[in-house]
Amino acid sequence: MNATHTPRMDVMRSQLSRARGLGSAKTGVNHWWMERMSAVALVPLSGWFVLQVMRLAGSSQEDVVEWGGKPANSSMLLALMVLTFYHMQLGLQVIIDDYVHGKPHLPASLLMKGVTFLIGLFAVIAVLKLALAPSRKASA
Amino acid sequence: MQDVRDALYIGHRSDGTLTRRPMSPHLQVYRFRLSMFLSIANRAAGVAAAAGSALGVCWLNAAAKGPESFKKVQKVTRHPLGKLALVGWTLALVYHFVAGLRHLTWDAGYRFEKKEINEDGPIAVGVTVGATVVLVATIFGLAACRSRKKAS
Repeated sequence: MNATHTPRMDVMRSQLSRARGLGSAKTGVNHWWMERMSAVALVPLSGWFVLQVMRLAGSSQEDVVEWGGKPANSSMLLALMVLTFYHMQLGLQVIIDDYVHGKPHLPASLLMKGVTFLIGLFAVIAVLKLALAPSRKASA
Repeated sequence: MQDVRDALYIGHRSDGTLTRRPMSPHLQVYRFRLSMFLSIANRAAGVAAAAGSALGVCWLNAAAKGPESFKKVQKVTRHPLGKLALVGWTLALVYHFVAGLRHLTWDAGYRFEKKEINEDGPIAVGVTVGATVVLVATIFGLAACRSRKKAS
């Protein structure tokens, strides 16, 4: 060892594996990238949603059921719901990472993931129920 | 190392050498800037938009469940407080959308100079307020027209 030895963390990994392992979380920029990609997808979906809200404002339940029964509407709505709750989960995870330290971090993350997953699932089931309900026109 | 708390400031560079990580000055040290408010407002708007979306799912579920559940939800959306919540949700969604577009622009490498960010901030506020007012007026106006038509 030379005299000008700098403090060093000895890690049992080669430099290549460090670069390949993409850091301690092993996922690299995946979280950040998926947050951006879901955001990009949500831009046109949100525009569509605003138009649909204008179309449905003040509507009765029958109108909403008829609207949700159309495959084009339910497909767009399903995509919107899945991406919204996926993007929400990614965003809330960053907030938890920033403000919740130490032991509560894991339970807080799991709770947030569970709640967003369940609400998202609830939304998906509601859309599917509207989509797969027997058409009123056919039964009448 | 004089203070045991210094241990928390030890980090290491990518080559493994140790370094003392910098400490950010406390928030009160800085003069108020619009950009700092817009930054935290985007996070707050994201949380508010998430909470509103959960309520939006309740509306969707009521529509799927049947006319009685839907009437219950309409009672909420037609109550002044419910309307206020809808306006708040709209504002949060619009701002999160605008700020998100700015983030995507920055990520693509544009408008990320300090001068440009300070120029765009007030525009983002203007667009948010304008779009929210237009959306709220249009949606509530359409809703009022439709329910009046049904009543008559």
